[in-house]
Amino acid sequence: QIQAVFLVSRQGKVRLQKWYTAYPGKDRPKAIREITSIILSRGSRLCNFIEWKDLKVIYKRYASLYFCMCVDADDNELDCLEVIHLFVEVLDRYFGNVCELDLVFNFHKAYYILDEVLLSGELQESSKKSVARVISAQDTMVEKAKETGISHMMSSSSK
Amino acid sequence: MALSGMRGLSVFISDVRNCQNKELERARVDKELANIRTKFKNDKGLTPYEKKKYVWKMLYIFMLGYDVDFGHMEAVSLISAPKYAEKQVGYIVTSSLLNENHDFLRLVINTVRNDIIGRNETFQCLALTMVGNIGGKEFSESLAPDVQKLLISNSCRPLVRKKAALCLLRLYRKNPDVVSVDGWADRMSQLLDEREIGVLTAVMSLLVALVANNPDAYWNCVSKCVRVLERLTRSQDIPQEYTYYGIPSPWLQVKTMRVLQYFPAIDDPNIRRSLFEVLQRVLMGTDAVKNINKNNATHAVLFEALALVMHLDAEKDMMAQCVGLLGKFIAVREPNIRYLGLENMTRMLMVSDVQESIKRHQVQIITSLRDPDISIRRRSLDLLYGMCDVTNAKDIVEELLQYLTTADFAIREELALKAAILAEKFAPDLSWYVDVILQLIEKAGDFVSDDIWYRVVQFVTNNDDLQPYAAAKARDFLDKPAVHETMVKVAGYLLGEYSHLLSRRPGCSPKEVFSIIHDKFATVSTPTKAILLSAYIKILLHSQTVDPELQNHVLAVFRKNETYLDAEVQQRASEYYALSRKGPSMVDVMAEMPKFPERQSALLKKAEDTEVDVADTSATKLRLMQLTSTAVVVADQKPANGVHPALTRVPSGQRNIEAPTVPVANGGQSPAPVDFLAIEAAPTHSAPESSPLVGPGDSLALALMDNQASTVQIGLKAEWRGNQGRIVLFLGNKHTAPLLSVKAVILPPRHMQLLTSNVPDTIPPRAQVQCPVEVTNLSPSREIPVLDFCYNNSSAMVSFKLRLPVIMSKFLQGATLAPADYIARWKALMGPPNKLLQEVVRGVKPLPLQEMSDLLGSLHVAIAPGYDPNVNNIVGAATYFSENPTLCLVRIETDPADRTQIRLTVGTPDTSVALELKEYIKERLVDIPSGAAPTSLPGMPSPADDLVGPAASLAGLI
Repeated sequence: QIQAVFLVSRQGKVRLQKWYTAYPGKDRPKAIREITSIILSRGSRLCNFIEWKDLKVIYKRYASLYFCMCVDADDNELDCLEVIHLFVEVLDRYFGNVCELDLVFNFHKAYYILDEVLLSGELQESSKKSVARVISAQDTMVEKAKETGISHMMSSSSK
Repeated sequence: MALSGMRGLSVFISDVRNCQNKELERARVDKELANIRTKFKNDKGLTPYEKKKYVWKMLYIFMLGYDVDFGHMEAVSLISAPKYAEKQVGYIVTSSLLNENHDFLRLVINTVRNDIIGRNETFQCLALTMVGNIGGKEFSESLAPDVQKLLISNSCRPLVRKKAALCLLRLYRKNPDVVSVDGWADRMSQLLDEREIGVLTAVMSLLVALVANNPDAYWNCVSKCVRVLERLTRSQDIPQEYTYYGIPSPWLQVKTMRVLQYFPAIDDPNIRRSLFEVLQRVLMGTDAVKNINKNNATHAVLFEALALVMHLDAEKDMMAQCVGLLGKFIAVREPNIRYLGLENMTRMLMVSDVQESIKRHQVQIITSLRDPDISIRRRSLDLLYGMCDVTNAKDIVEELLQYLTTADFAIREELALKAAILAEKFAPDLSWYVDVILQLIEKAGDFVSDDIWYRVVQFVTNNDDLQPYAAAKARDFLDKPAVHETMVKVAGYLLGEYSHLLSRRPGCSPKEVFSIIHDKFATVSTPTKAILLSAYIKILLHSQTVDPELQNHVLAVFRKNETYLDAEVQQRASEYYALSRKGPSMVDVMAEMPKFPERQSALLKKAEDTEVDVADTSATKLRLMQLTSTAVVVADQKPANGVHPALTRVPSGQRNIEAPTVPVANGGQSPAPVDFLAIEAAPTHSAPESSPLVGPGDSLALALMDNQASTVQIGLKAEWRGNQGRIVLFLGNKHTAPLLSVKAVILPPRHMQLLTSNVPDTIPPRAQVQCPVEVTNLSPSREIPVLDFCYNNSSAMVSFKLRLPVIMSKFLQGATLAPADYIARWKALMGPPNKLLQEVVRGVKPLPLQEMSDLLGSLHVAIAPGYDPNVNNIVGAATYFSENPTLCLVRIETDPADRTQIRLTVGTPDTSVALELKEYIKERLVDIPSGAAPTSLPGMPSPADDLVGPAASLAGLI
């Protein structure tokens, strides 16, 4: 089971975090800090797995962002590593050549997309097409629901 | 720049990004939080759009790692909004911001349920997603049936059904009762016929959890799972969108193989054949490819297939094929595959037959110990630890020792412990074991726990042949520059015991050994100083001809430390000083330590414990549990001098505080190992069946109950002042399961008032609870409070009684009187009325006068030597504290011709005190408490003896 997913920048800034267990809220920043500092200090030619407490952290760097996933020690590591990649591909398809800034300013979009890829700490949908369909349907609905008084709200699904 | 779609939010995000440092960022965030707080306070004017914007800002701030302790209600309230745009924000922010136990979640259960059972599919999805991500027990109870309905419904779209499957998984994890097994197994089986891969993947995740908990109920799913695998590996009916880099959903493949690993075995020959065909295809058909994602995906499947093959206990050929593959993997360049190769080899050790074939890769595995990646080094260490046995222990342990000098800090402690355990378990000979541990201390002293060096001492003590070797080695190590303190301890101890065996070797005369140890004395910690003092006196008294220079030197050291700040060092220095001045007659006291009784290694135990605690089903743990230590501890079950070392404490006359875990310098026995012996407790203390009442010595050390299982450990610490005492009972659960229904009741005798604190009903695994007891002595009595202890150790109710060492002498304090005063008081007690109680006691253990006098002293009676003109008599005085203090005078007259009889006289103004005290002393004399033998229950005083012997003649002697 995936316990948590988080994205951190090379400077250690958190860009997204989602927890699937009841890990105490106040300990979460500390856990992320600890894991991040280990990951940031690792060279590029090393494996994508580290052991932290009794969990495994599967991580992968994409440009300036590290995608990290805390999983149970007996989970299939490569399976998780490709879940990360699947998520990245979905983001890429949605934003079109996704970069860190896209995720900074549209962090709420990233949350929506994550919720369509993972649920209950498990992979929910492995078809990129299917995820894209659901997200664009959501966008349409939000647009339809736009109220008259807030017409300044920019269309977030201009694509 | 991509924009969030909300100007205020985008501006805020930019502001935060532009902050130069952490302080400025915090200031900006605080400002925003204050702003949001104000807005929420007068929320009448907030449009839904504004509310959404602020809630998003809160989530952003929270995501950055700041505390957001307000506004949760606003987020939650959006869930009840009628419009999709608000509802969506409410659900997603709530599920990120709140923990499953948050009270506010309870408020929306109804709204969430309405969304789930409602007709609006998009609302259903939102609700299922939130419950799937943070639903707790209460959601489980109220929503599970509705979610189940959605999952098996024919009318719902796949999008809803797959969310329902995973949502149900969450609810099941929170409360396994939500899936009633009866009908549900059939439902699951039907769900496996699903053609839509997205739904099937979600269903398979659910099935993994169900089967893991209860494989028996889901047998009907086995054949379907195999069919799913066949479909996937043959690429039948797999839509393009569900292939990943050309591979039919690798995730579904992995999950399906995972499900099959939870069934104990697959017996149906047809199913088994089909499954092996699939597995064979995976094993054979996976080649390394250039595309990294494709390569990862195929190997994810391959490693899962390997795990399944291992689980199914396939034919030898297939196993060999697996080991061969793994052997290839641990040598490849791609680090992920190297890591997984090592990890899976470790898992593979569980399969009995493959150990030999894994050993063939030992060289490569050892190379991985120097991999640039610490993750890989860790795996390699684990694997080496798991694959070690007698045949390769020497190679592996020596590699570990070498690696120790360069190993990362993070891994050293584990490394040191593992090396020590392997050395002990698989030592080809004991001198090698000693070498390993001494090197270990030299190279990583900081990481060598006390258990490790205690164990060496045990081995050396129990193996005569090893002693000169170990002593010589210890001496060599002390010569090296910068000796670690642990080395000083172990070397000091070994040289104290055994350096006399080396005295003919060059550089090993007692004087030289002493000076090389004493070089370190100034810089070591207090506990080490105490060990060294014991070593000095042993070196001094073990040498055959007394070297006056050495003697002067050692005595000077003792003298100097008689005023040392620490009580333990001070006491040892004083006692050793006095003992060593008595010369050769004390040689016996300072004899070598007796052999230790055979016992399980504390280290191996520790290793098991930590691994049990982690609840890790790793192969190493399982193997460790199967193997018992193969190291041989040669020990006489009956110690040489007939007294168990832990029990040779001389009742301590001056001490008012007893802490069993603090080493007591006793008649020169070197304390460190005695100390840890005491922790393990003596066998005589540990058999509740054979002796339900543990005899109270002067100090009850620690008792281990439940025989060999060592479930319960009871320790005691006491302090006494006047007629009051404070006892702390330490009740320790040594077991990995909690002790339930714990009851500890102390039955006080009539003369004592006991204030007991409550003992918790449950003692968690490996926890210790303290139970303070206040004691007040009200009237004289020899009765002893009894601790009635019972608990449920998950299999049975266990109960036993322990007598607590709240004995008469605890309330005695020696009194020193001037001779004239003493005689005057004695005369006054002669009466009339006569307050002197007198008895001729027969069957006394024959003791030299001095020992008898010491014994009396140990009962806190101050001996007044010379007051009685007859040298065969002993007189003394003490104050007895009950409600009022009473002065007691004691006299023992011995007969040099017959040492088995004495005349005992006790006089006090209060005859009840005199009676009890006389009986109390009599019991000690008749049956000297050795600690090992339980004291007989106090017999009734026989009044017939009282009048024996003419009182007048005694009076005349004074």
